[in-house]
Amino acid sequence: MLSVIIIIALTILVLAAAILAVQTTNLVVAVISAGLVSLMASVGYLFLSAPDVAMTEAAIGSGLSTIIFFYVLNRVRGKDHG
Amino acid sequence: MVRKIFVIILLIGLGWFFYGMADSFHGSDSLNMTASYYAENGAEEVGAANLVTAIVVTYRGLDTLGEVTILFLTAAIAAFFLKSKEEFSKRDVKPSSELLQTAAGMLVPLIFVLGVYVFVNGHLSPGGGFQGGAIIASGLVLLLLSKPLQKVNSRFFALVESFSGLFYVGIGVAGIFLAGGFLDNSILPLGEFGTLLSAGILPVIYILVGLKVGSELSGLLTKFQETQEEN
Repeated sequence: MLSVIIIIALTILVLAAAILAVQTTNLVVAVISAGLVSLMASVGYLFLSAPDVAMTEAAIGSGLSTIIFFYVLNRVRGKDHG
Repeated sequence: MVRKIFVIILLIGLGWFFYGMADSFHGSDSLNMTASYYAENGAEEVGAANLVTAIVVTYRGLDTLGEVTILFLTAAIAAFFLKSKEEFSKRDVKPSSELLQTAAGMLVPLIFVLGVYVFVNGHLSPGGGFQGGAIIASGLVLLLLSKPLQKVNSRFFALVESFSGLFYVGIGVAGIFLAGGFLDNSILPLGEFGTLLSAGILPVIYILVGLKVGSELSGLLTKFQETQEEN
């Protein structure tokens, strides 16, 4: 019963972070909250007894892709300003 | 205004569609035929304590090879478009904080060891080649963040990646001649269930996948790092 409550709470957090990522005008906030979606989803997978998927989601979704987004963001902005 | 009405109609339509799917979904009490075959015979045939690994590497080994190939193509295409700059080492960047540098020095070796642990124990505990490789690459991210001007030898990554890919396919082809088929598990003896040296060729394949994924993602990240400009 407790795990059901935790999963529902995580799903609400995932939705909130996803809406924030789409609606915000600040690109850094958007990237961070997109990473947050992955982080919450990976905890959710752990509670749904899928540790393998959770590890992949945590490492790739919230770790590497966030960093790559930041590298690309920095590069694009550098082009913009000169 | 018209646009908003369209969006609302679309949302209602999607909600109706998904509600129908969720309403008609009934979880089954028993596993279906394929799943129950894996659950009953997986431990005996493959000898891996982690059934997910048994399915991913042995029963669905060709799919894993395909995934590794897709990742390889992605890394290769990114490397093709991101030409590294020659003046890379001359640019001036703000040195990262003392805190980050000290923490990175302590944590990076531990993260690398964790990554290696995850893919070496892929057949016993949750995780495996992909996860271990991704953990190693995220350790490298920490290293790159703490020392932005650090030159990383990308030829080393390319070599590790090429050789592990080659050995992976080589093991698969060896399975045709020595065992039941391409990527067959029983080239090596199955060993005692649940020990580190068990499950036939499976740990070797997962170590190769881990090295390949780790070096691929690391190479990709260093390419992105080298093409950064200061603004």
